[in-house]
Amino acid sequence: MDIFLQQIINGLVLGSIYALVALGYTMVYGILGLINFAHGDIVMVGALTALSVIAGLAGGAVPAPLILALALFAAILVCVALGVSIERVAYRPLRRAPRLAPLITAIGVSILIQYTAALIWSKQYIALPEIIHPTQFTLAGASFTDLQLFIFLLACGVMAGLLWFLKHTRLGKAMRASEQSPDVAGLMGIDVNRVIAFTFLLGSALGAVAGLMVVLYYGIGHYFMGYMLGLKAFTAAVLGGIGKVNGAVLGGLLLGLIESLASGYIGDLTGGVLGSNYRDIFAFLVLVVVLVFRPSGLIGERAADRA
Amino acid sequence: MNRTRYLATGLFLVAALLMQGCGKEEPPKPAPKAEVPPPPAPTVVKIGSAAPITGPQAHIGVDIRNGTQLAVDDINAAGLTIDGKKIKLELVAEDDEANPTKATTVAQKLVDSKVVAVVGHFNSGASIPASKIYSDAGIPQISPSSTNPKYTQQGFKTTFRVVANDDQQGPVGAKFALQKLKPKTIAVIDDSTAYGQGIADTFEATAKAGGAKIVAREHTTDKDTDFKAILTKIKGRKPELVFFGGIDPQAGPIARQMAELGIKAKFMGGDGIQTQNFIKLAGNAAEGAMASMPGLPKDQMPGGAKFLEKFKARFNAEVELYAPMGYDAVFVFVEAMKRANSTDPAKFLPEIGKTDYKGVIGPIAFDDKGDLRNGPITIYVVKDGKWDTLEVVTPGGPPAAVPAEPAKAAEPVKK
Amino acid sequence: MATTLPRQPAAKWLGIVLIAVALVVLPFAVDATLGRAWVRIIDVALLFVMLALGLNIVVGYAGLLDLGYVAFFAVGAYAYALLASPQFDIHTSFLLLLPLGALITAMFGVLLGAPTLKLRGDYLAIVTLGFGEIIRIFLNNLNRPFNITNGPQGITLIDPLQIGDVALSKTFVIGGITLAPVHSYYFVFLLCALLIVVVSLRLEDSRIGRAWVAIREDEAAAKAMGINTRDIKLLAFAMGATFGGVSGGLYAAFQGFVSPESFTLLDSIMILCMVVLGGMGHVPGVVLGAVLLTALPEALRYVGPLQKDWFGQVFVDPSDLRMLLFGLALVLMMLFRPAGLWPSKIRKREWTA
Repeated sequence: MDIFLQQIINGLVLGSIYALVALGYTMVYGILGLINFAHGDIVMVGALTALSVIAGLAGGAVPAPLILALALFAAILVCVALGVSIERVAYRPLRRAPRLAPLITAIGVSILIQYTAALIWSKQYIALPEIIHPTQFTLAGASFTDLQLFIFLLACGVMAGLLWFLKHTRLGKAMRASEQSPDVAGLMGIDVNRVIAFTFLLGSALGAVAGLMVVLYYGIGHYFMGYMLGLKAFTAAVLGGIGKVNGAVLGGLLLGLIESLASGYIGDLTGGVLGSNYRDIFAFLVLVVVLVFRPSGLIGERAADRA
Repeated sequence: MNRTRYLATGLFLVAALLMQGCGKEEPPKPAPKAEVPPPPAPTVVKIGSAAPITGPQAHIGVDIRNGTQLAVDDINAAGLTIDGKKIKLELVAEDDEANPTKATTVAQKLVDSKVVAVVGHFNSGASIPASKIYSDAGIPQISPSSTNPKYTQQGFKTTFRVVANDDQQGPVGAKFALQKLKPKTIAVIDDSTAYGQGIADTFEATAKAGGAKIVAREHTTDKDTDFKAILTKIKGRKPELVFFGGIDPQAGPIARQMAELGIKAKFMGGDGIQTQNFIKLAGNAAEGAMASMPGLPKDQMPGGAKFLEKFKARFNAEVELYAPMGYDAVFVFVEAMKRANSTDPAKFLPEIGKTDYKGVIGPIAFDDKGDLRNGPITIYVVKDGKWDTLEVVTPGGPPAAVPAEPAKAAEPVKK
Repeated sequence: MATTLPRQPAAKWLGIVLIAVALVVLPFAVDATLGRAWVRIIDVALLFVMLALGLNIVVGYAGLLDLGYVAFFAVGAYAYALLASPQFDIHTSFLLLLPLGALITAMFGVLLGAPTLKLRGDYLAIVTLGFGEIIRIFLNNLNRPFNITNGPQGITLIDPLQIGDVALSKTFVIGGITLAPVHSYYFVFLLCALLIVVVSLRLEDSRIGRAWVAIREDEAAAKAMGINTRDIKLLAFAMGATFGGVSGGLYAAFQGFVSPESFTLLDSIMILCMVVLGGMGHVPGVVLGAVLLTALPEALRYVGPLQKDWFGQVFVDPSDLRMLLFGLALVLMMLFRPAGLWPSKIRKREWTA
């Protein structure tokens, strides 16, 4: 039982990270109808920026919490700059173009970011210096750390914060309006371009936070880490219901759980035929199944088949 | 396309080809170049080097190339004369990105550049497809690091290696673990690559034959960072030893996450984790981890200490992993050339099989397949944040007898 | 189209003959000047021409964004490898095997296409990406409990193309000219590529081709016009898959070795780049794209040593430089020339409308 509980905990923490990244995807998709392929790589840039700051300041006179704060600040700055520029330069001109164009551009941007990161940070795996020492707790035989708890609470907190923001602030309402109908929103006096830019800002900032969490949790950073993470986070967003904030978080947590439990138990369930080597397939299978049978996701609205 | 376009394109293409044709003589004849009229300047003999200079394994590939370069420089400095002619070695280095398709392109390039021998490639996934090209061209190939047994089992006369292969390394690691640690339960993880799975399979087979119980056999990939799920599953099976077949970018986080989950087992791996990078990535969790590494410990290698000094002075970096193998490979070629008294691959290739050379890594001799004969294997352990030598095993007799049996028994399943 | 009498039939035919001669002489000329490695590169380029044309049917003609196309390449290659190597010790002749491989891959095409029929643009792309990865992971892991694909080690010693005793892996000397394997394979690939070009052109101009255009432009209207969109889409996947399968089989025979490492997402994206950058839906453009994107990385290798000469050290690895250029090219092309380097006139109007 304690193993099962441990897997649940693993899954929830993993899922929280997916959730944080998924939020960025879902917000952009909601308002632009565009899958920002590059979002996973923005998370990666945030992660590596944070790593650099931490590595640069660690072991010196600066206290750990301040280092983390600075790292977070730097990461958010870089990611926001990156995200907003991408929107402005690569996506905005293509808003009226055929569907294929922004998609391909997004792939191009993703590649650009990855290899520029490789130039800056090299292709080596970079280790996190020991500046945090998570304390371990045990609960019914399963162990977890305060860091894990923090990540989980952070994801939930961010979701709550975002929901409040969208519902109760002017900008949030403007975002929702632009999501529903950009043209009418424009007629109502909303500067849709600025709202979209702000969406990217928010999404990228969240990506930076996610990046920092990933680095702290796994202790490692690498220029290619955004790809798989992005893909799985997007799966999570779709699973929950793309375009909806609570859908992203729900989807993230669910996907984390599915992956964790599947890796842990699929070997036994199938008598060794399928093993943990098929773990990545589960995420893709979930994606395919959801998209084919319930494209609006678990709690998404039934969107008409937009052609 | 309209008519003029056809005409224009056709004329253009033919013109382009003709212009190239003017630069050369006849269609290529297979006649090999005979001797060069002996000029006062030394004859240049090219040695090829194929390794990943870019990509995630770049740190290991550059290390190999540097070792090879150092050998070339040392030999040139000492002066080399073969068959009365002064010879100057030149290194032709190519980047294969550790990719199988690129490796074949690189192999073809090296063959075209008329190298007489190749030190390469790094990973078995590259060495194996490239070996066909070298074999067809009759160019001898020594890999400093490929450990997949298949590499020398293809029936080519040109494939050699100066490391113990996985059929030797895995069992040695397993026997060591069984003897010294006496674990009753073992969990085995691999990274689903040719190398990782190969060594994990042979380790598992030997351990099983030795009486240990394999309580879990898990797989990950060479790009993963989150191992909590499989480690949790393993934790539930309570292993005393966890063996990982794979390389340091995964091994480090695995060790770290094992500690986070409170798994008390000992951690062990193959040569892929025996790097500085592993210690950096695993942090405190690296303490006590063990790894097997073909070759003698660097400080026990005859000339090893001197080699390390020279290397550091020349490249301003520590030896990462396989530089000594690259170094010795060049010397093996040159020794064979000296014995055959010729720099023609057709002539000195047969001599390579008769090598009996004391290199930086130890005594080098090949068996009839091209594998290193009785290559010693060292077991290292991380102590105080550094790799320390624990024991040196010379598979001499045993690999032929006991471990070979379980390894062979495993083969029908593996294939 | 025969409303005007050809004014200079001689010119056109002379042109074609010259091109044919050039193509026949090409491998030998390149061998003598740039070296055999470049002939090999040309062979690989021809394979990618076939692949790009296959993807062109799916993306260019039918407008279905497929990000997992390399899966068909993989299936074709492994089908060949499994049936003509020591893996199961079956050695089928390529005459039977290539069509069989194409058929198997076509079935996979239908299999992978079927769930995607209701999906549009972005979702379709992601699902096909997922399929590509799923295939690769299966190929990498189907070595336990039963060894089917030999897992990450791949399958070696694959039979070359051969009829009886005459194997293309041997070197022949015909009338004073050496015919090395790279040359022999060149001609085989050239023939297949030409065949595929012809098929593509014929498809483009057929009822099916026009049905694809209709679906691409407006699926609802196409349905209203009585086009069976489901079957037509499946046909696009199947045809695209077939080309991929044939190239896969040829690749396996040529290399003598296949492993899952050769069939990654990056390769799918590369093939997509060839189609998009060359000129989506336009056969000459796609061919151009394929040749450029195969030759360019090889040419870029020289940038490494060049940097050393100029700057004293290598700042940007050639392979990184290649990827950076690709990413940049994709973005710039979509912004300024979305129809591709060599688009057809119709497509050009579509994109700039």
